[in-house]
Amino acid sequence: MKVIRSMVLVSVDQASLEHGAEAVFHEFLEQIEEFGLSDQIAVSTIRDVSVHEDVPLVIVYPDAAVYAPVKVEDVHTIVEEHLFKGNIVPSLLAMMHELVPEIAWMRERRGALPVQKRIVLERAGIIDPNSIEDYVLYDGFQALGKALTQMTPAEVIAEVEKSGLQGRGGAGFPTGRKWSFVASTPGSPKYVICNADESEPGTFKDRLIIEGDPFSIIEAMTITGYAIGSHDGYIYIRGEYPLAYRRIEHAIQQAEAYGLLGNNIFGTDFSFHVHPHAGAGAYICGEETALIESLEGKRGMPRARPPYPTTYGLFGKPTVVNNVETLANVPPILRNGAVWYREVGSPKSTGTKVYTILGNVNFTGLIEVPMGITLREVIDIYGKGMKDGKKLKLVQTGGSSGTIAPASLQDTPMDFDSFRNAGVSLGSGALLVCDEETCVVDLAKAILRFFRNECCGKCTPCRIGTLRLYEIVTQISEGTASLSDLELMMKISEAMSEVSNCGLGQTAPTALRDILKYFREEVEAHITDHICPVGVCPITMSSPELVPVA
Amino acid sequence: MAHITEEKEMDIVDLVTKAIEKHGATRDAVVPILSEINLALGYIPASALAEIRRHIHIPQEGVFLADSHLYSAASFYTLFSLKPIGRHVIRFCESAPCHVMGGHEVIQAIQDQLSLKPGETSADRKWSLLTTSCIGICGVGPVFVVDDDVYGNVTPERVPEILGRYQ
Repeated sequence: MKVIRSMVLVSVDQASLEHGAEAVFHEFLEQIEEFGLSDQIAVSTIRDVSVHEDVPLVIVYPDAAVYAPVKVEDVHTIVEEHLFKGNIVPSLLAMMHELVPEIAWMRERRGALPVQKRIVLERAGIIDPNSIEDYVLYDGFQALGKALTQMTPAEVIAEVEKSGLQGRGGAGFPTGRKWSFVASTPGSPKYVICNADESEPGTFKDRLIIEGDPFSIIEAMTITGYAIGSHDGYIYIRGEYPLAYRRIEHAIQQAEAYGLLGNNIFGTDFSFHVHPHAGAGAYICGEETALIESLEGKRGMPRARPPYPTTYGLFGKPTVVNNVETLANVPPILRNGAVWYREVGSPKSTGTKVYTILGNVNFTGLIEVPMGITLREVIDIYGKGMKDGKKLKLVQTGGSSGTIAPASLQDTPMDFDSFRNAGVSLGSGALLVCDEETCVVDLAKAILRFFRNECCGKCTPCRIGTLRLYEIVTQISEGTASLSDLELMMKISEAMSEVSNCGLGQTAPTALRDILKYFREEVEAHITDHICPVGVCPITMSSPELVPVA
Repeated sequence: MAHITEEKEMDIVDLVTKAIEKHGATRDAVVPILSEINLALGYIPASALAEIRRHIHIPQEGVFLADSHLYSAASFYTLFSLKPIGRHVIRFCESAPCHVMGGHEVIQAIQDQLSLKPGETSADRKWSLLTTSCIGICGVGPVFVVDDDVYGNVTPERVPEILGRYQ
């Protein structure tokens, strides 16, 4: 089995190229080959290092050693000493003070498997999730104390806005701005809802945050309540997560017993109550207005928006709905300040992001890394390479409603802006890695079957669209579709994206659309040649007779 | 026989009363109340819906709730069943991550062994075979759940041994 134990990144921005980066890159390939390390070390390129002097820059993971400037004649020493013998070469290391914050965090990842830059999952797996004492020992409730005794609600909102925190549920809306909307909307009472209805296939970050650090969510919801002027919070946990529910229920009881939740928190005149609520199995309830309907005891069908929950939410009152991971970022921001938070990640997408790595890699699981890491880094460093040494074909990012990134996009930094520009969504943080033995038609079928099952049935484009798309893709997989069906699928997809009532219908065709964009030939082979190039689909129609090529 | 039916009805009245004591007699308590009944009986009988309505529907206080409201909620969520199901419930994940990791073969093996299709209950009421959306343990896919026991990294070969654990 091929396991990449180390990874070399060579900067190839304009300045680096002018200083011979290309020659350095090729020299690494050659030297690594010469030392017989090709099976253990991956060499790749990195853009946007934001350093203009002292380039090219070479970063070696997992040690996160940054060498700069690297000349062709230095490569031999780095390969021999660092990669072959395992000793960092101090004389060639970059002068750290010249590196901008964007690069500096990589030092934090020294030794780094699997997760070094933890903010959200800082305590998960370290403290006893059933012990409030443990939580308090690890800085728990400091942020709440600071907010209640030293800050006005407006100052809390300003700090969160300044941190640049964006919603981690998928849409990436600025959290501070959402809070200020609700704070300034007239109406009483106001509500805080924590959306823990994590149903996106391939996503389990929120489950691990709640199961590993439940008090942080209680603390964050209380801070949110203080900021927007609310006294009641609901945490909606999906029915499939019974352990998470029990942990939260227990955390609420303990926090109340210690006077850290309930009436007159910390002896101030601020009171806040958290009500746990278990869902009963419905993907659509992750959509915030469907979640609110469900909380009110109805079918979880999304409302028409606007009005948004910020003005017309739970019981018709102004409501903040935040995702679990978003909330988990709030206490560290207040404790350490917005300036500290902004230093992590990239300037426009601050902080860390929790990803789940799944599929055909050697190691699956959860990581929390700064915004801006690339898919290649995730697969090679944290996923420990592709399973059985197979080739990467595509990555589905953000769960079933997410986009498909072909292998050619694996060096794009994963932050909200870069991904948006590349037409990829970060979504829920699920990264489903698929190797060359994955058939795109079969994948599309699994995804569309999911949406056909989970569509709530309220609006026509989604109800009929998900069914029709599934039928057509099934025909393709059986070899009974025609080429004109592809156009029909595009038309249906477009209609669904444009006129569906909520995100489910709007994003259900996303993966299909991307598959047709990047892998059209493979899809067409099913239709015109009646073969599944990967050999997965149950093609029933016999192949047309082979005609010899003249 | 009549005696048993009566006892069952007593059960339902008792169950609903207890659930309402715990969650309150309000519209927003409907889903938690339904969950309690589904958990206790394995399904939600129509008589339970009527009993819940009797507690919450109080026109003189301006609170209106019809059986149809309750039915619409009870029939919406996948964890609820409106008809009796098997003693053991298998829920297998057919989401994309489990599918990519070989879930399809596992599902086929379960169906073959039990001669059941998704959504069906066996004649002896031992097994119900249901599908579920992602249950959030995709790191060890393919995954299925039997009652409250979760099985990960399942292969078709392991299916007979796992199902054999249940009587």
